[in-house]
Amino acid sequence: MRAILGRLIGVIPTLLITWTFVFGAMRLVPGDPVLLMLQGTPISDEAMDAARAKLGVDRPIIVQYVSFLANAARGDFGDSFRSRQPVTRLIAAEFPFTLQLALGGFAVGLLLGATLGVVAGVWPNGWIDTLCMTTALAGLSLPSFWIGMLLIQVFATWLGWVPVLGTGFDALILPSISLGLFLAGGLARLTRNAIIEVMGQDYIRTARAKGLPAWRVVGKHALRNAVIPPLTLLGMQFALLIGGAVVTETVFARPGIGRLLVLAVLEKDFPVVQGVVVLTTAAYVLINVAIDIAYGIIDPRVQG
Amino acid sequence: MNTASPVRRPWLISRLFGAPGAVAGAIVIVVILGLAVLAPYLAPYDWNANSQCRRLAPMSVEHWFGCDLFGRDIFSRVIYGARFSLAMGLSTVAISLVFGALLGIVIAYAGGRIDRIGARVIDAMLCFPSIILAILIVAVLGVGLLNAALAVGISGIPRFARITRAATLSLAARDFVEAARSVGAGHRRIVLRHLLPNLAPILIVIATLDLGGAVLFTATLSFLGLGAQPPTPEWGAMLNAGREYVRYAPWTMIFPGLALFLTVMAVNLVGDRLSLILDPRQRDRS
Repeated sequence: MRAILGRLIGVIPTLLITWTFVFGAMRLVPGDPVLLMLQGTPISDEAMDAARAKLGVDRPIIVQYVSFLANAARGDFGDSFRSRQPVTRLIAAEFPFTLQLALGGFAVGLLLGATLGVVAGVWPNGWIDTLCMTTALAGLSLPSFWIGMLLIQVFATWLGWVPVLGTGFDALILPSISLGLFLAGGLARLTRNAIIEVMGQDYIRTARAKGLPAWRVVGKHALRNAVIPPLTLLGMQFALLIGGAVVTETVFARPGIGRLLVLAVLEKDFPVVQGVVVLTTAAYVLINVAIDIAYGIIDPRVQG
Repeated sequence: MNTASPVRRPWLISRLFGAPGAVAGAIVIVVILGLAVLAPYLAPYDWNANSQCRRLAPMSVEHWFGCDLFGRDIFSRVIYGARFSLAMGLSTVAISLVFGALLGIVIAYAGGRIDRIGARVIDAMLCFPSIILAILIVAVLGVGLLNAALAVGISGIPRFARITRAATLSLAARDFVEAARSVGAGHRRIVLRHLLPNLAPILIVIATLDLGGAVLFTATLSFLGLGAQPPTPEWGAMLNAGREYVRYAPWTMIFPGLALFLTVMAVNLVGDRLSLILDPRQRDRS
């Protein structure tokens, strides 16, 4: 219990450093924040001063910094320059779409990646291994926006199996495959190494010596133990998922956090940029801590 | 102290190309480099001249890869695109490598409180998903090809700094560093002559492994509209420009994407092989 509390407290400096970086980066944006907010509409001097006071940019930088941290901790990032809505509400509205995509992509990636990795790891250093690992490398090298466009062209435009646009389940299939391929390459390599590692262990030799059939040795003894290292890297997968979501949502013109971020950068909507960056980073940190804690519970050897 | 004797080099090259994948990768890289250098001689048309052919004309004998919305020859544009891919990848990795390695060596060598704080900051910076960090930097610097490359380069600095710091820490504790110090070598000499040469292999491996990703990453930013802007014939930007009418003219998307895929795959094949040979932990396996 104390270890868990310690981990959670350890998060605070990390978040503080990342948020300070975001705050600093946002101050480096050239131009007057009020003019950026107005995005070209003319304004009187008095209204300008009022806007400045409302944004809080007339206060000393240190006060701005502290209030930024306090607001960020409460999840308040001000209003979007563009839609005038609270940033938090915009993000909350987009979040379910990104979550669906992330889950779909992760399922596809796990299925494909684990299969390739297990097959390669069970028969290492032969042509099967080479084939699987070259496929995995191809997955890592595929531009996901390109594969997304190809998928749309073949399965939506030519074959008409799935709709090009939309937010229903069938419109989720192609984006999930596109995002899943992006993840599968890395997962395949991790799984392969974990399997090879496990296959060299004594208990595998014992299981073999007992005369267990190969599929039972792999399925029951190897896979269970090999699953832990790739799963702990789930936290890192989150970073890839977010990156992949940014691209996938753009290709498939799906709503979502990634699309929100890209549009906000293009439209110079800085509160939205700031909000998305702060929240995704916080989510990444918290997910990794949660996995750390869960890992400690599952595998007692990790304690301490 | 120079351990890179001439005997070792042929060994490295022959082992590097002992795998068919690495050979294929190297050939593709040479072809891409050739295209980049000889683009003005190889491209049949001007990459930026409109109305070379009918708008969105399909593939033909005159225009191998078809034409885009402005009647520009896609084959010529893909050839010119080779100038951006590897150049962008190399420069972004160079930024990450130089600044990351510098940072890592300095904080590890300084030790004490500087190292503790530095390590903390690096770990925190690694909590930004790298594409999010790059997009944030583009948001600050403004949209454009050079800014996108800069952003990708900067977003890689924490990763290189972390690896270099860890490697420097383990090296600095070794006897030969202590020996150098005891015979009166200064900080500069220890860092330049003793630490850096021993860090080089691992840095080369990481840099090569990162190169494919960097090429892809920069092209991705261009695809998102945050990097190269039209009419630049950068592959990612070409895919972005073709998005609206891709269903009527898929060739506008197929060929730039294929070129990008082949380049990244080639770099990854060579990088993978190189890491297998240079990484001491993996050396015995192959």
